[in-house]
Amino acid sequence: MRKIFGRVYVVIIMLFLYLPILALIVLSFNEAKSMSVWKGFSLRWYEELFHSKLMVQAIANTFSIAILAALIATIIGTLAVLGLAAMKPRTETVLMGFNNIPMLNADIVTGIALMLFFLMFHWPRGYLTVLFSHTVFCIPYVILSVKPRLNKNTDKLFEAALDLGASERYAFRKIVLPELRPGIMSGFLLSFTMSVDDFIITYFTRGAGINTISTLIYSQVKVGIRPSLFALSTIVFVTALVVLVAVNLRQKRIDAKQAY
Amino acid sequence: MIAKKRFAVPFIIWIIAGTVIPLASIAYYGFTSRSGGFTFANITAMFQHDHMQALGLSLLLALISTVICLVLAFPMAMVLRGSKYGKQGFLIFVIILPMWMNFLLRTMAWQVLLERQGVINSILVAMGLPRQEMMNTPGAIVLGMVYDFLPFMILPIYNTVSKIDNHLIEASYDLGASRVKTFTSVVLPLSVPGIVSGVTMVFIPALTTFVISNMLGGGKINLIGNIIEQEFTVNSNWYLGSGLSLVMMVFIIASMLLLQKFDKTGGENLI
Repeated sequence: MRKIFGRVYVVIIMLFLYLPILALIVLSFNEAKSMSVWKGFSLRWYEELFHSKLMVQAIANTFSIAILAALIATIIGTLAVLGLAAMKPRTETVLMGFNNIPMLNADIVTGIALMLFFLMFHWPRGYLTVLFSHTVFCIPYVILSVKPRLNKNTDKLFEAALDLGASERYAFRKIVLPELRPGIMSGFLLSFTMSVDDFIITYFTRGAGINTISTLIYSQVKVGIRPSLFALSTIVFVTALVVLVAVNLRQKRIDAKQAY
Repeated sequence: MIAKKRFAVPFIIWIIAGTVIPLASIAYYGFTSRSGGFTFANITAMFQHDHMQALGLSLLLALISTVICLVLAFPMAMVLRGSKYGKQGFLIFVIILPMWMNFLLRTMAWQVLLERQGVINSILVAMGLPRQEMMNTPGAIVLGMVYDFLPFMILPIYNTVSKIDNHLIEASYDLGASRVKTFTSVVLPLSVPGIVSGVTMVFIPALTTFVISNMLGGGKINLIGNIIEQEFTVNSNWYLGSGLSLVMMVFIIASMLLLQKFDKTGGENLI
């Protein structure tokens, strides 16, 4: 009885989560522009999507900003973890408190705060202001991912390497980096997805001339939904599916190896 | 020591330039009048009828959405806890996948379903039923919020209930407690940290959203997020926008303090 209830419940939640997405996928192949009439299979909306210069530019901006922001955030965040470890516990607590602010704060507040900052210092809004803002909200995730990887043992091994004649740089590369690597990787990936997914902060910190996928979707939905956005939804969904499956399979392989 | 204080210098610069000064500038503009003098007018502007109405509606809709998410998420987390390892991984995968789709596209999906000429109405008409006006209602906004934020409620609750030791539950049964009693006295108290992080992760974005209300409310229903957004983008009245944001931040800070009181993991549940 309980089991049956559980199964039915899971199915209901799945339907709730996936039916809307399924509707978009089906409609993306509809020849007609209407959302209620099926006029036959067509790929015309995919064609329209890729012929839109605005969309191609937005896709390029989204991914270049995400990669750069994740890279910068990973470097600053990882260094910060090493720096924080050398500080008094009190200072560390205070800094970690500040670190958590962009993560806990509402995006709209972070967005307008940064917007006012750029306006006050006459920093013209555009690609660079968006990039800077993305690093601001990515760094906390990097720090929270890397921090738990740094333990007392790392420090001892590092000292031992130095005693055995390794240079600081060499010991860092051979001892510290491998210890931190899983945290660094997940921090980078988390930052990347946060950046790709962001709309609100980008919306307030971009200038008029630059779009990411999110801001372009928003301005197009406001004017009226075109089926090319359904095509985009399908592509985004399939990409997410493929990436997540790949990540999961890789994780399974690693788990299996560790089981030996 | 690998650790050297100077490694944190870029981080501290980023905190100052990216968090401290920007937040301070909201406070500065919030207490400054257009002519440049000190004023409380931007803060007390929250008591104007339109603003109060928007804030009240935001609080109400955010509360309803949070409660619905909680009611939907808890059984899901319990089912996840009870399922076998492989199936569990699959279910978590299925819950996370929609989060990877841009939330504007997910919100748009509901617009497509609910609209007058949309999918649900065309099904109703095909079945001989009358068209329903579902768009541009508070109900549509709540639906959008629940849809967008539900995974943020399920995952933290699952994280805590999955760590509850089975022995504790068995002990409760052995000592003669009923199912209900075991749930209210053992399972529920132990899942409080997860519930609290789930609640903040749904309540704060729901309270401050302007996107969902704009897309599913058709610009006719104003939440506090819409008012603030319009002050910044349409009216260019940063002073008033900042003042209203400061009032809104009171609610955000209250939820954060609540989170900190219950969640001792230092925000780990948030990732």
